Amino acid sequence: MPTDVENWKSEVYGNEIREHLFRFAEEGFETIPDDERDAWFERFKWWGLYHQRNGQEGYFMMRIGTPNGVLEPGQLRVVGEIADEYARGPGTNPIFGESYADFTTRQSIQLHWIQLSDVPAVFEKLEANGLSTQQACGDSWRNIVGNPVAGKDGQEVIDAWPVIRDLNETFKGNDDHSNLPRKWKVSVTGSADGSGQGDINDLAFEPAYKEIDGEDEVGFNVRVGGGLARNEPRLARDIDVWVSPDQVSDVAGGLSALFRDNGDREDRYNARIKFLVDEWGPEQVRETLQEEYVDFELRTAGRDVREEYTYNTGEGERNDLIGVHKQKDGTNFVGLNVLVGRMGADDVLELADLAEEYGSGEVRLSQRQNVIVTDVPDEELDDFLAEDLLEHYSPDPSPFMRGSIACTGTEFCSLSIVETKNRQVRFARWLKQHVDLPDDVDEFHIHLSGCTASCAQPQIADVSLRGMKTRKNGEAVEALDVGLGGGLGDEPQFARWVTQRVPVDEVPGAIANLIESFAAERNEGESFRAFVDRHDDEELDAFVEPEETDYEDPMMHNTKMTWYPYAEDDGMDASPPTPADD
Amino acid sequence: MTTRLRILDDGAWLSVDDTRRVSVSELWRLDSTEFCDCDLADLVVENFQAVGVDGPIVEVRVYGQCITCGTKSTTGWIPVGRIVDGEFTDLERESVLSAHSEG
Ligand code: HEM
Ligand code: SF4
Ligand SMILES: [Zn+2]
Repeated sequence: MPTDVENWKSEVYGNEIREHLFRFAEEGFETIPDDERDAWFERFKWWGLYHQRNGQEGYFMMRIGTPNGVLEPGQLRVVGEIADEYARGPGTNPIFGESYADFTTRQSIQLHWIQLSDVPAVFEKLEANGLSTQQACGDSWRNIVGNPVAGKDGQEVIDAWPVIRDLNETFKGNDDHSNLPRKWKVSVTGSADGSGQGDINDLAFEPAYKEIDGEDEVGFNVRVGGGLARNEPRLARDIDVWVSPDQVSDVAGGLSALFRDNGDREDRYNARIKFLVDEWGPEQVRETLQEEYVDFELRTAGRDVREEYTYNTGEGERNDLIGVHKQKDGTNFVGLNVLVGRMGADDVLELADLAEEYGSGEVRLSQRQNVIVTDVPDEELDDFLAEDLLEHYSPDPSPFMRGSIACTGTEFCSLSIVETKNRQVRFARWLKQHVDLPDDVDEFHIHLSGCTASCAQPQIADVSLRGMKTRKNGEAVEALDVGLGGGLGDEPQFARWVTQRVPVDEVPGAIANLIESFAAERNEGESFRAFVDRHDDEELDAFVEPEETDYEDPMMHNTKMTWYPYAEDDGMDASPPTPADD
Repeated sequence: MTTRLRILDDGAWLSVDDTRRVSVSELWRLDSTEFCDCDLADLVVENFQAVGVDGPIVEVRVYGQCITCGTKSTTGWIPVGRIVDGEFTDLERESVLSAHSEG
């Protein structure tokens, strides 16, 4: 039997949701019929609006999909202005203030506290400036990711940006692909650093060479069925196909159609294509694609460059795109660290000014929740680096700052078990102050996800933290499971969950003790990931050693049972009323 | 009039007549030898898997973890509320809950 969600989708889905959305925005939130709320909130996701959690009725998270994380000149300012004007609600975040923008692990932007009545105005402003929320959530083609500096990166094998733009234009708002069984996440990477993180996407195009008529041509190998969610992490699987850049769209469309027709629409938990690849195996995916979904002969896979991957690998060069890097055209891109991806609206606006003053006005977003200012000429570099704003958003941050990623958590998210972003900021600050890594280790990735959906990509970090609970002195408190040794690269590997249910106030102490053992017992020059690799779970669990320190955590109680975790009066009874229409 | 019972947002919450009623992250004391070996499981609700009714009682099956022994599993049917005159009322979920034996 199809699910409720499938029934709603078969009635109204895709582009047509927009007219209903605008009607409700105009006539008022309360005009959504009482018995249709579940259906409409599910559909609104397709247009990038996700209803916030209980206690925040009538407020939405809005996701803006920026393909490959590219914000053209002027667009960051638009985001800052919209955040400043519309992303304000009854709650004030003690670290980030009243209005802010989140840069996400899939190179998108999220705003919170959006009211339905403001949606038409926000859409108008976004669209007038070439931005969109279309398909940012919901069961369809999501924001396409890749190496954010595509087209500029000195290390590039092939420029993937025109390919991504073409895919985005072809598959956004395309009725044949707008109603899929589940989300469809695509990565297209042209650089040899692995920064597109294809392995954890539903569909990945990775740079590869193929000999054709005696000549080496550059194109992409295809992998299918990666993803991290629900305790069922999978790496995308090699389906032994190489495509030239001009075939990417046909093959991507073929695979999306294959998923549309064959994905499980009766059980949403089993719907992602990773489960179909489990069931069929990569060979059957390839055969079906060839026989039913493309009308040319598929080539076998080419020679990839995976052994050169460094991004998020936990060792070697360029684990992220922070710092000053040379562009092909002789100018520079400067990666700035945005701790947990969140930036106050004022800072967004200031950064937009700086990008214009020193670069071309363009900025780009990475999958490590950071922002990159591009096109900065050599002669402007020193002045740019001396700007005050860069003290906070540093091109040369502490390893604990640059390594931190956190998801949304109990502040807004329905699925969450624990508070995340503010906690991770506090963790990073404490670790920076109290813990020293061995001198030759300058990257250490700690990813915190509030639940098993894994939006912060915890499984591919040195230290993975995942929301749980435990009892401490009889009291229920927020806790974290600790995993170690994950990373991408030629041979990607998910973290092993070695220590369960550490009370949150003992986590910084646990990480400090772990790093102390690592420093004491590592082999000369050994990376943390390699160190984890040669120990068994029990040994690692012993290294973790939770401990109270002077770190204090003001969010130990069940922050999900509040209307807003940092409010003075945070009880559900104090929930704000559904916003009135203005 | 029938009551609309749904699990939404990939198992995040139970909706009753288009209103959110029960959310993940609750901690339940569960009297069920089927879930784990503890006398009383101390269960973190991580995900709603299914919803049903037994007469006036609304029941769910959830995925979660007992934080006393670490068992991770899906429960049998657990009563979480009651429909009276078409209205949902919460069962006292802070106290001990028992699973239906047929699971
Ligand atoms: C208001 C609620 C939620 C918020 C604020 C939120 C936030 C995020 C963010 C910031 C990302 C990064 C990526 C992006 O731009 O797409 C993300 C990705 C993701 N979200 Fe959520 N999310 C929410 C609800 C959910 C729910 C209900 C699920 C249920 C399965 C979910 C599953 C995921 C997964 C699995 C990823 C990426 C990991 C992967 O599949 O490789 N999120 N989410
Ligand atoms: S990982 Fe869980 S808590 Fe964090 S944003 Fe995703 S769904 Fe929410
Ligand atoms: Zn137990």
